[in-house]
Parts: sequence; C-alpha cells; structure tokens
Amino acid sequence: MSLLNKHAIFEKNSILLCVGVLITVAIGGLVEIAPLFYLESTIEKVKGMRPYTPLELAGRNIYIREGCYNCHSQMVRPFRDEAERYGHYSLAAESMYDHPFQWGSKRTGPDLARVGGRYSDDWHVAHMNNPRSVVPESIMPGYPFLAEYSLKIEDLAGHLAANRGVGVPYSDEMIEKAVEDARTQVNPDADDFDAFMERYPKAQVRDFDGNPEKLSELDALIAYLQMLGTLVDFDLYAKDPALR
Amino acid sequence: MNSTLTANRDSGGAWVMGVLFALGSIVSLLWMAKAASPELGFHAFLFFAFFTLGCFVLVKRHYDMAANPAVPVAGDDVGYMDGVIRAGAIASTFWGVVGFTVGLVIALQLAFPVLNFDLPWTNFGRLRPLHTSAVIFAFGGNVLIMTSFHVVQRTCKARLAGGLAPWFVFWGYQLFIVLAATGYLLGITQSKEYAEPEWYVDLWLTIVWVAYLLVFLGTLWKRREPHIYVANWFYLAFIITIAMLHIVNNLSLPVSLAGAKSYSAFSGVQDALTQWWYGHNAVGFFLTAGFLAIMYYYIPKRAERPVYSYRLSIIHFWALIFLYIWAGPHHLHYTALPDWAQTLGMTFSIMLWMPSWGGMINGLMTLSGAWDKLRTDPVLRMLVTSVAFYGMSTFEGPVMSIKAVNGLSHYTDWTIGHVHSGALGWVGMVSFGALYCVVPIMWNRERLYSLRLVGWHFWISTIGIVLYITSMWVSGILQGLMWRAYDSLGFLEYSFVETVEAMHPFYVIRALGGAVFVAGSLVMAYNLYRTMRGDLRDEAPFVGAPVRAPQAAVAAGE
Repeated sequence: MSLLNKHAIFEKNSILLCVGVLITVAIGGLVEIAPLFYLESTIEKVKGMRPYTPLELAGRNIYIREGCYNCHSQMVRPFRDEAERYGHYSLAAESMYDHPFQWGSKRTGPDLARVGGRYSDDWHVAHMNNPRSVVPESIMPGYPFLAEYSLKIEDLAGHLAANRGVGVPYSDEMIEKAVEDARTQVNPDADDFDAFMERYPKAQVRDFDGNPEKLSELDALIAYLQMLGTLVDFDLYAKDPALR
Repeated sequence: MNSTLTANRDSGGAWVMGVLFALGSIVSLLWMAKAASPELGFHAFLFFAFFTLGCFVLVKRHYDMAANPAVPVAGDDVGYMDGVIRAGAIASTFWGVVGFTVGLVIALQLAFPVLNFDLPWTNFGRLRPLHTSAVIFAFGGNVLIMTSFHVVQRTCKARLAGGLAPWFVFWGYQLFIVLAATGYLLGITQSKEYAEPEWYVDLWLTIVWVAYLLVFLGTLWKRREPHIYVANWFYLAFIITIAMLHIVNNLSLPVSLAGAKSYSAFSGVQDALTQWWYGHNAVGFFLTAGFLAIMYYYIPKRAERPVYSYRLSIIHFWALIFLYIWAGPHHLHYTALPDWAQTLGMTFSIMLWMPSWGGMINGLMTLSGAWDKLRTDPVLRMLVTSVAFYGMSTFEGPVMSIKAVNGLSHYTDWTIGHVHSGALGWVGMVSFGALYCVVPIMWNRERLYSLRLVGWHFWISTIGIVLYITSMWVSGILQGLMWRAYDSLGFLEYSFVETVEAMHPFYVIRALGGAVFVAGSLVMAYNLYRTMRGDLRDEAPFVGAPVRAPQAAVAAGE
C-alpha cells in the first residue's frame, strides 16, 4: 500500500506530525462549536430573561462553590415524565447569562432548572440545615454553615463588571448599585425598592433565611434557588397541548 | 558521537531557571500580600514556597557541582535521565492510592450521608472534584508524564532534552495538583467538570504543559533512530490536544487579579458544548491516546513480540484522533443543544467504535505466539486485561451515545459505571502494569519483589471492578426506568426520592467494590516499595507450560 508508505514523512519529521495532529483534532470542534455563536436557535432572546440580580449571582456562586452541580442538573429534557416532574423543557435562552452553564451531568438529586417557587423559604432553610429533617430518605449533605456565614458583598460590583466583560448586559447603573441592590433584595422596606424592581423585573424581595438581622450566604443561595426557572412565562404555551 | 547521552552539566539553563524562580517568588510574595481572601493567600503562599524551594535547590546544586565537579549531582545523571522517572513512579503510586481512597470516601457518603459531616471541606460536592482530579490528573497525569519520559528516551536512544526542564515539568505538575486539590476543598472552583481549577491554576498548568511539550519534542529532535516510534505519536497527540482543549475551555475573565473567582468567556449552550468538547476529549486524549502509547510500548516489550500491525497502528491513530473530537455532544443529548449537533455527536461516537477496537486488536494480537506468557507473567496479564476492558468500555460508550439509549442512561449511575469500567479497568490496570514494568528497571532490580503479589493485585482489582460496574449498571438502569414509570392511572409511579432510596443497596455494593480496589492498590504500593528497596520475596515461581518429557520418553520407545 503506497499511501501508507508515505506515512514515513510524519514518522521522520516531528513538526509535520505536530501540524498534522493539530489540523486533525481542530476540525471537529470548529464544525460543531463555531455555528452555535451564530445560529438563531442558540442565540435567540426569550421574553422575560434578564441578568441575575447581585444577590442571585452571589447565591449562584455559592451553588458553584459547594459543587451542587455534581448532583443536580439544570436541564429539563423534552420527555413526558420530565415535563410532569419538573416542568417545561429547558430553552437555550434560559441559560444565556450563565457563565458558566450549570446544566450538570448527573441527577443524584432532582433537576433544579425550575425549582423556583416549588418550596417555601422555610422549607429551604430547614433543608439546607439538615436535609433529612424534611426529606427523611435524602442523601444530600447538610449545609448548616451557610446560615452562619455572612455574605461577602463588597466586591459585587466587580463581579457584575466581569460578567459584563464576557457579554452579560449589566448597565452602568446596575454595576454602580450592585452592593446596595443586594441589601435591597432582602429588605422590602428599602427606599430603593421600585428602582431595583425596574432594574430586575420579577425579582423576589424578602428576607430569605428567616433571620433579618443578617445577610447570610443562605439568603443568597435561597434567592438564587427561588428564581430558577421563574423568568420565562410558559403559561403562554401551556394551552397548546402540542407543546406538552 | 555519544554527546546526546553524556551528562548535561550546562549551568546556563540552571541560571535562567534560577532567575525566573527568584522573580516568581517575589511576584507570589506580593500577590500573597494583595490577596483578597485567605484561600487565595494560601495559594499564593504555595507558589512562593515552590519558587523559593526551587531557588534553594538550584543554589545548592550549583555549589555541590563547584565543590566536586567529578561527582554527578541531582538532575545531572549520566546517560538516560532516569531520576525524574523514579520520582514519577513514586508520585504515581502515591496519588493513585490517595485518589482511589477519596473515591471510596465519596462512595460511602452516597451510601451513608452522615459521612459528609456537614462541614464545608468534607461535603460530597467539594470532595467529588477532588476524587476525579486526583485520579485523572494526579494519578493518570503522573503515569503519563513518567512513562512518556521513559518511552521517549528509550525509543529515541536520546537523553531527555532541556537540562533541568524535565524536573521543572515534574515538580510544576505536582504544584498544579496541590493547588487544584486544596482549591476544591477551600471552595475555589470553576464548576466545569474535570476543568475545575480557577484561572491562575490554569495559567500555571499552561506554562508547565508547554515546558512538557518542548521537553518531549526536544527529545524527539535528538533521536538517533530514523523513525518516531508509534507510542510517541500517541504521546504527542495527547500533549498537543490537551493543550488546545485546556486553553479554549478555560478562557475566562477574572473578577480581579487579587481574587480567585473568574467568569467563563462562554455562556449557556456555547459554554456547555465547549465544556463537553473538552470533557469528552479529556477522556479521548488524556485517558485514551496517552494510555494507548503506554500499551504500544510496554505490551510488546513485556511480551517480547513486535506490535501486531504497523498499518493498523497508522490507520487507527489518525482515525482515533480525528473522530474523537466530534463525540462531545453525546454528553448533551436532548438538551437545548441543537438537534443536528446531537446527531452529529452520536454518529461520530458510533464510528469511534472502529478505531477504538482497531487499537484493542493491535494490542491484543501483539500477543500472537506469546499467549502462554499470560499464565506465567501476571504483569502481562494485567496489561492484556486492561486492553480487554478498553475494548469493553469503548463498545459500551458508542451504545450509550445512541440517543434512545442515552435518554435512559443519562443523569444516572450507568454513566458512572461506564466511566469506571474505563478508568479502573483500562487506565488503572494499564498504569499498574506500566508501573510494575518501570520500577524494577529504574531501580536496577533483577525483578519485582513479588510476582505472586502482582497476581493477588490482579484478582483483587478485577473483583473490585466487577462489583463496581455491575452495581452501577443495575442502579443506573433501575433509576432511569423508575423515573419514567407510570402507574395504571397515568400518573408518575415514583417520587424522585423513592428512586434515591432504591439506590442504597447498590451504593453499598459499589463502595465495597471500591474498597476492594483500594486494597489492591495498597498491595501494589507495598510490592513496589519492597522492589525499590531491593528486596526479593522468596516465593515459588509461576510454573510454565507442562513439561512434555514423559511423552517424549514414550515416543522414544521406553
């Protein structure tokens, strides 16, 4: 086989071999990934999607820090049982502001893409403190320390700015008010309430962890969990059985 | 003539390295002062300690050389550069035992959640990345670097290039491991699976990896053989592709240079596919191409037979590296990723079965005419069994990539079982085999301390693996079916937590399998330690083929 004999070129020249390898391994990724930045179905905007509030973003960072994604997905597949268990299947647009994405790869625990509003804040507080106090069969670790740790908010403006750097449309005002907004979200009586709601429509404002004295990491985490899947209004689609 | 094999006493490289290390320790000291969190301060301190110790070692080496020019000093051995391989063998064994043990701990946590202790540093979410990184990058990575340094020198008949650079690669890589591992425990993570370390650790790994590539290439350039041996193609593909994947998938913007946190350059669906393009090819190039290189050197060497087919190795090399890259989307079936990308990923995953089995056939058939050695050489038995596991999991993978199958298997323990049949059966066993080959050579021992203990290790590991993967098959398929089960009235039959409860017995069996596998690795560590010490166990050798003498005597007409 003469073609295979020509392979000696690669075996005698390490640079040619390097170049050959690099070209060979670059093709697949280019063909599959590059179009995702241009295709309508992957970059379309959906009504209701907005960037995370500073408190939700801080909660999301705690979710990441504790490795929740190791056991919980945030991606409902278009199956009948998943639609009944978790709700409408996930849209690409619903994670468009997620740097990084949190789709997960394993469901040791249930999917959380639409967990917002499913349980009360009190339930989340008890569940985080000791999961088996509310779900006796649960194998989730307890996170009692979250209620005790104060949330670090001084650098939230920097976090929003970094997100803007990678494409999330935070305005100058949002960045400027980041720290204040985090405090406003746990205090319905805050002066800035209306302006906050205008910046972040559908944001939920209340003390989440049952301890108004303190802005804890648990406040942020529950604020994040309670907003998951609540931004897009699927009632519009619910009347059409073809979408179920 | 012999210049490539003579000692490299050039101190120019050492001076450059010393200056860079001194700069490094100043920068990391400043960074430590500026660090916004105690966690990052600790990491800055680790960098500082690394560079400062490095400076100290270089200065000591300089004075030792000046004081006694005739005696070789560390990093200065004559002929092949084997010290770094010895260090790699010790590090591989150490990280292997650590990584497997952490795996056992988290397996027990899933069976008995009280073992999370409800502390930040001990919960499953932080320990699981510690386990995956420890086994893939700490154990697997050290095995790959160690064997590649061994193989490239022997097959090129040249000393490692770059003076002290191979030592920098070794120690720099250990620093990467410690930074990654302690980072997870302290809550520093990007949350991208198998790419969890944050931006500064990624940058450090990039520096180490480029040094690794240059050492490897530099050694190829010094080769005194006309052809580059097939194992080196695989090592080179592994090093280059991992560099590409690592750099692209970790593109991110730090919040501040004084903080650990960064935000991925990509979001949502683009981030997901970039991540699984990386994630699947961490399997394809770290855990497959690199370890196939091990197969291509150590199996022919141990069996004392040439590689079965040169043509097959060419075809399967190029086909494997071309097809693997496309397979990432099968991790995202039925997600918001467009259908065409999912189908493309599935198609290429199925095609990937062929080059995978091409590699398996090339490895197994190398034993043609030497199959009897499986009876007398447990090390070869381990290597061959690893290739059999490779064949099994590279068949299971394409099956699971079919969308209809994946709809059931995804998000369940079936995936975990599949990964471990590859990781424990293929990567683990081929690494153990390579360690059993390398250690006696590197320590100049006549043979291993005990071949009987290798036999024990082989059977213990195999039993552990079988317990592990069978329990995960059952639990995965069971849970997948329970999630989609409907009762006669058309309601979902099981709540989610009922499906969790049903997993308990299988999690116990899995942990048992893991414990057995850990025990096997301890047997190996003991055996290698005694071999390094130079001990030989007084034991009955494995018997060879039955002696035919009586028959010969009959034929002679007795």
